[in-house]
Amino acid sequence: MPHRSAVATEWRLKKGRYAMTGSECKACRELYFPARLLCRKCRNETIERGFSGNGKIVTYTTISSPPAGFEEYAPYGVALIKLDEGPIVAGQIVNEEEMGMGKRVAPVFRRLNQDGEAGVIHYGTKFEVV
Amino acid sequence: MKRIAVVGFGQTKFGELWDKSLRDLAAEAGALAIKDSTLDAGRIEALYVGSMAPGRFAGQEHLAAMVADQLGLNPIPATRTEAACASGATAFREAVNAVASGKHDIVMALGAEKMTDLKIGEATIALMGAGDQEWEAGIGLTFPGLYALMARAHMAKYGTTSQQLSTVSVINHRHGAKNKKAQYPFEITLEQALKSPMVADPLRLLDCSPITDGAAAVIVASEEVAKKLNPAWVLSVQQASDTVALHDRASFTEILAAQVAAKKAYEEAGITAKNVDVAEVHDCFSINEILAVEALGFCPAGRGGKFVEAGSVAVGGEKPTNTTGGLKSIGHPVGATGIRQIGDIYLQLTGKSCNQVKGAKHGIALNVGGSGATANVTILGGNE
Repeated sequence: MPHRSAVATEWRLKKGRYAMTGSECKACRELYFPARLLCRKCRNETIERGFSGNGKIVTYTTISSPPAGFEEYAPYGVALIKLDEGPIVAGQIVNEEEMGMGKRVAPVFRRLNQDGEAGVIHYGTKFEVV
Repeated sequence: MKRIAVVGFGQTKFGELWDKSLRDLAAEAGALAIKDSTLDAGRIEALYVGSMAPGRFAGQEHLAAMVADQLGLNPIPATRTEAACASGATAFREAVNAVASGKHDIVMALGAEKMTDLKIGEATIALMGAGDQEWEAGIGLTFPGLYALMARAHMAKYGTTSQQLSTVSVINHRHGAKNKKAQYPFEITLEQALKSPMVADPLRLLDCSPITDGAAAVIVASEEVAKKLNPAWVLSVQQASDTVALHDRASFTEILAAQVAAKKAYEEAGITAKNVDVAEVHDCFSINEILAVEALGFCPAGRGGKFVEAGSVAVGGEKPTNTTGGLKSIGHPVGATGIRQIGDIYLQLTGKSCNQVKGAKHGIALNVGGSGATANVTILGGNE
């Protein structure tokens, strides 16, 4: 009974997942990734804002015991990445043997997983240590 | 705050209980709490049930009304509270607030979770409901993974070691060996912990609390009712929130919500960390006990690993913590844990613990939801 994303869920996330589109506060210019409607700091509305996906690792782990739907990829690396623009995101690291504190990463477009044999295939941004 | 007390506690055995359903567990814990309080069940005026994901784990929503029925308490108002792994303490807080408001005199707070009917990968997904679905679960993160990210950051910043992480589990198992209600009531060695399989580097299997079935309940009562019974007084209930997604936090080496809730709780209770005789903290993963002893002010930031390694959290040490085994040894039926922690503090303050801290007067419980998006701090005081 794992959670299944509907097609619409995936479609809603396409700008963030595929193109790393986040948001910027109209008023105080605070930057956000992932996108959000309201600024956390001043509560004003935000507008769309693109991110490069380049950044550096602030902490990392290797997942050996994966959730349902990710078994075929385990073990896989996951890191928190401080983007050059400021926000921090969580992402898989495709060359996990290279992971380390402070290492530079660049974005790569990859398949994330699939909802079963005939289910939706999820794509998104992973990161590569450069 | 108004004088309000815990006057009874009940807990089922925690474990992989194939012969017990969610409703049976809740009914058993509730009945034990009523019996412990010596109150007539008909005097209970309201029920709060903390449960994180009964719909995911057991297919059962609408749990509060069902538990009220199973206990024969209909038609009293019954409400479920959900704050991930802090659902239990959140139910307790609502129960205390309901009495504090003057609306009710006697209220039950119950926590329950039936987790072992799901396969492990599915249970992992259900638990990940406590994280950010789109940006954490969606990329393959797990709860061990989230706490591993914090553990790595703490190790890098403060020099915390794997041995210190494992020592958390060793001490909790030593305490839990005395607890007949525990899922794993036996000791483990440091070597076993350090050699157990990796789950999410640097966290190993024996750094992780298990998947557990269980329920716990407490009876909360007004001063008028409580003074004729066996009370432990509620000196403070505080809750704080933070971002659900770990990556949005201001820090990865501390649980800021726990710090906020603890500061407010100490102020409300009129005590400091120095006055705490016994503590229950949320060792869902070993690193979180280290973050907890720092958040509760038992030691300075970054010193949690050394504090544990020095044995300060052991019974007989400076701050006896998780004296009955913690989540690691007792088990972690998520919605039940917060109530079980408060119940174990109640037992300590009324001299009935299976691992009694002699003369304990003040106890504190920290229940954490998710990777730190909810933190509940409860302070109880013994009957003077």
